[in-house]
Amino acid sequence: MELFIMQLSLFALAVFLGVELITKVPPTLHTPLMSGSNAISGITLVGALVAAGSGDVSELLVQILGFVAIVLATINVIAGFLVTHRMLCMFKRRS
Amino acid sequence: MNPTIVDLFYLVAALLFVAGIKGLTRPRTAVLGNTLAAVGMLIAVVVTLLDKHVISYSLIATGIGLGAVIGAVMARRVKMTGMPQMVAVLNGFGGGASLGVAAASFFSMTTLGVESPVAAQTVAPVAMALAALIGAVTLSGSAVAFAKLQELISGRAIGFNGMKYLNLALLVVILILGYNLVVNDSGSTVSFVAIVALALLLGVTLVLPIGGADMPVVIALLNSYSGIAAAAAGFIMGNTVLIVSGALVGASGIILTRIMCVAMNRSLLNVLFGTLAPSSGETIDADEVYAGKVKSSSADEISMLLEDVERVVIVPGFGMAMAQAQHAVRELADTLQGRGVLVEYAIHPVAGRMPGHMNVLLAEAEVDYEQMKTMEQANAQFSKTDVVIVIGANDVTNPMAREDKGSPIYGMPILNVDHAKCVVVVKRSLSPGFAGLPNPLFANDNTFMMFGDGKKAIMDLTAALHETA
Repeated sequence: MELFIMQLSLFALAVFLGVELITKVPPTLHTPLMSGSNAISGITLVGALVAAGSGDVSELLVQILGFVAIVLATINVIAGFLVTHRMLCMFKRRS
Repeated sequence: MNPTIVDLFYLVAALLFVAGIKGLTRPRTAVLGNTLAAVGMLIAVVVTLLDKHVISYSLIATGIGLGAVIGAVMARRVKMTGMPQMVAVLNGFGGGASLGVAAASFFSMTTLGVESPVAAQTVAPVAMALAALIGAVTLSGSAVAFAKLQELISGRAIGFNGMKYLNLALLVVILILGYNLVVNDSGSTVSFVAIVALALLLGVTLVLPIGGADMPVVIALLNSYSGIAAAAAGFIMGNTVLIVSGALVGASGIILTRIMCVAMNRSLLNVLFGTLAPSSGETIDADEVYAGKVKSSSADEISMLLEDVERVVIVPGFGMAMAQAQHAVRELADTLQGRGVLVEYAIHPVAGRMPGHMNVLLAEAEVDYEQMKTMEQANAQFSKTDVVIVIGANDVTNPMAREDKGSPIYGMPILNVDHAKCVVVVKRSLSPGFAGLPNPLFANDNTFMMFGDGKKAIMDLTAALHETA
């Protein structure tokens, strides 16, 4: 339970940090912020890797679910970061 | 690898995410910020793969390879006008991944026992139920949002008046099932599968009754959900980097949701549950507002108007993007700037189809970001502006929001374009916007209408300016 309370505290502090940081993002960058934070939420990939990689081979259902999660999370990460980069490059000044 | 070292690397990854978001607070540092966040992700993934929990690599390699190819193609192909759909899809996939992790953890726990490395926590059952619920709602809700934005289904509100009670009932049943899952030590497979199925249904019934104009709010809210689902998945496994990043994304989505709600003068509850309420009050007769007062002008007349001006503000709406007129607008602005005119763009928070969408569309047309002004910045300057050119925008300029207490949009913050010396409105016809209201701005003495296709009208105007030069 102590561990859980510690993690809950971490969660609460991270929410506050997020609120403080994100209120400072200018409206011009709100779309890249969404696609970029989307990529960050693809961190579920870490959980998916553990789920797919740890079960013993007889656990087919667990592996299938883990595999689907890996594919979806990887799309999220790769597409999120790349499309954010594409957009942000457009905001570079015209020469 | 030593678990302490793994956790330290996770901390580094989480800090890089924070630094990345901090980078996004300024256009100059934004590209670097995004790169830092991507590096953080790479570190987290590599460390996880090196961790002792992972024993079979072939499945993982296939999954990552497949996901990377699909993701890269999507990121390259998507048009900037289609960004809301793209973000909707990605929100859905994020939610789906968390749902997958929750389901995999559940089945590994029920068959392998609580000692399974996947579900290491005593609070795991609660977190599993939550991750499954939020992940499933995000997945199916995003699918409906995508279908609406892509116009696969009608963008209007779909449903019946008592829909919110159905949603409430669904949520109550899901929570009861969740309680059942937590209390029964072994965990009942039927309860878990039922939670997932009902949560998928709930996602659909939550988003269906929300109309097209409110989509920016829905996208932002689903963005937040995808983060919260990731955090819940983190609680299942006791993984701190998931908890922290999920919390950051959840906060980000909630703030954007709030900004969108404020920009429409609506509460979140009203957006989610209020759209099907019967409209009260008498409808305003468009003919009465417009009769004999609307002045239609030609490109030549407007170009004369633009001859001796110092300050021009362009107000773009999504109609401009629909007409593919961004580049034409920027060329017009270049022409004016070439003559020493100060040109700025006034962007209402809900001008596009998602937060900041209009800015991206203008940036794609190579408009300098320093010319893009927020509603507050622009409103302070309209009285000093000679000509405002409104293109493809309607409701966000409607003075009824300021003056007419009986109007459904009363109180919504608008761009006070009518405070400028004169206003040019480029529009196909006098048809109303999403709010379904006539716009008294069009009948003002200092307003000139230019009817026609946005792109052609602006190009004609630019050509007329070159002729008079």
